[in-house]
Amino acid sequence: MKHVLESVENQFETFQILNEDGKIVNEDAMPDLSDDDLKELMRRMVYTRILDQRSIALNRQGRLGFYAPTAGQEASQLASHFALEKEDYLLPGYRDVPQLIWHGLPLYQAFLFSRGHFHGNQFPEGVNALSPQIIIGAQYTQAAGVALGMKKRGKKAVAVTYTGDGGTSQGDFYEGINFAGAFQAPAIFFVQNNYFAISVPVELQTNAKTLAQKAVAAGIEGIQVDGMDVLAVYSATKEARNRAVNGEGPTLIETLTYRYGPHTMAGDDPTRYRTEELDNEWEKKDPIVRFRKFLEEKNLWSEEEENKVIESAKEDIKKAIKEADKHPKQTVTDLIENMFDELPSNLEEQMEEYKAKESK
Amino acid sequence: MAQKTMIQAITDAMRNELKNDENVLVFGEDVGQNGGVFRATEGLQKEFGEDRVFDTPLAESGIGGISIGLALQGYRPVPEIQFFGFIYEAMDAVNGQMARMRYRSGGTKTAPITVRSPFGGGVHTPELHADSLEGLIAQQPGVKVVIPSTPYDAKGLLISSIRDNDPVVFLEHMKLYRSFRGEVPDEEYTIDLGKADVKREGKDVTLIAYGAMVHASLKAAEELEKDGIDAEVIDLRTVSPIDVDTIIESVQKTNRVVMVQEAQRQAGVAAHVISEIQERAILHLEAPVLRVTAPDTVYAFSEAEEVWLPNHKDIVEKVNEVINF
Repeated sequence: MKHVLESVENQFETFQILNEDGKIVNEDAMPDLSDDDLKELMRRMVYTRILDQRSIALNRQGRLGFYAPTAGQEASQLASHFALEKEDYLLPGYRDVPQLIWHGLPLYQAFLFSRGHFHGNQFPEGVNALSPQIIIGAQYTQAAGVALGMKKRGKKAVAVTYTGDGGTSQGDFYEGINFAGAFQAPAIFFVQNNYFAISVPVELQTNAKTLAQKAVAAGIEGIQVDGMDVLAVYSATKEARNRAVNGEGPTLIETLTYRYGPHTMAGDDPTRYRTEELDNEWEKKDPIVRFRKFLEEKNLWSEEEENKVIESAKEDIKKAIKEADKHPKQTVTDLIENMFDELPSNLEEQMEEYKAKESK
Repeated sequence: MAQKTMIQAITDAMRNELKNDENVLVFGEDVGQNGGVFRATEGLQKEFGEDRVFDTPLAESGIGGISIGLALQGYRPVPEIQFFGFIYEAMDAVNGQMARMRYRSGGTKTAPITVRSPFGGGVHTPELHADSLEGLIAQQPGVKVVIPSTPYDAKGLLISSIRDNDPVVFLEHMKLYRSFRGEVPDEEYTIDLGKADVKREGKDVTLIAYGAMVHASLKAAEELEKDGIDAEVIDLRTVSPIDVDTIIESVQKTNRVVMVQEAQRQAGVAAHVISEIQERAILHLEAPVLRVTAPDTVYAFSEAEEVWLPNHKDIVEKVNEVINF
């Protein structure tokens, strides 16, 4: 019997460009990004960190509903998105609201999604995306279908989807990458490995040493990336996108990342399953801290610029929450209206019933 | 007009729609070159190409997922689940996802998907091939469930299902695939979803049925006629939503009802139909509405099908109970 495990694992070494001190450690892999691009990436990361802080606060005040914290995952979420084009189709998980926002979803609608209002999911024309998927894994098989559709239409675009480390244990995770592989469809599958699925550590999900190696089961390319490294995530995504639009099939990208906050704001307490030492260790790897060092070294970033981003983020958030507040309350007739193109007889009847109630 | 089996009528409908709309895609396990395990898609790949009619990996959830994804790219998918007993693998894709697409996106996205799948007993299939699971889907808001019983209905209903802009689960009873021929026009035609059909007019008792039980009910009606009982047979054709108007009209005429289904008593849609009747026409009833169903066990081992599946004799017996109440 051949012992292949070690040789397989050796194929999935962590890809890194920027180390924790903000130094380039892999010059050859340096992506082609202009100074403006680099600043824009930083701007988005800072903005999103503030959005996370404010969202947590607004949730505590009862002004937001369901919220899954994102702090720590900015490089993983935003650098991957930064490598995409407007025509690419996003199939986010429930933690992937930031990618949607940068893909064109107005902030007030993201807040309505959090509160549980259908208008939050009425994406504007041209925002190619589904609303955040709650069923872990479902976005993966759907992404394979979107990608197959793009291939059939002859589009030069990709379907991009995200799940977490826990999500790799689902059947739909495997079926999604395997279908995309069998059809050689232009899809990019992200696994944001933040080491915990609520309280369950990744070691309890699988004995596999990397999650990227799961690509082998589908016969597709897989890569493990330092998910706290904005340049590595961008570069890996860009390459996967190029391969996909050139007809070379899908890629699985594992980003090693961390969520500083709880799983969601619905009563999860990470101190029950995570040590302070572990949290501190990951805070040293903060994607914003290291990218700030890198940019400051190049004279591309200043405290003043950062404060400007913070202020504009706070201003936008204030406006957006006000706009969300102003949005009309939902009625049962709204909900019935959105069920079918043509209402079946039972709903026609119930529509009349609720119209009468609502006009009282 | 040609005499066709139900499976030929189904192939006809798919051929018509593949021709009619370039967004129609037919796919599933063995539906391509092989033409389907029941030959339902025979010749379609040859005629329309591998881009329109294609095989998939063996994974029902994946088939459901790619249907949704293809719909998001403007296609009109007609996936096949090889046997409806395998729908458990794709329950999230159907009930958790495609049924909710329009609603969850506030009407901005749709899933015009027709899931075709064979089911039904009497042909000694192995485990989990024949189970009647229509009741599970009928309980999900956002999806329609269609079950034809004749070649003519199958073609018109399948064309309507494919053209419907929301998801439809289209269930094909295996015993009805080739057991008889019926008149099927060569040209295209549609039958409205959600509309029942009175297959036999009568004045003494209403038999409400769907699938293979329509034929059992018609056979029972013939026997009852010998005893001077004139039964009206309603074929639901769509089991979600139910055509309440046709049912109530009949109940008001006959004042007696037997509801017939092949599914177990705790499953199917019989209980829902009876609730509608008692809410809307209780003052027209001379007797309680009784049910003919399979017993509440797991679907029978194949050698036990004859004693387990409901048949025309069970229906005659139940009608007599209702008449003599």
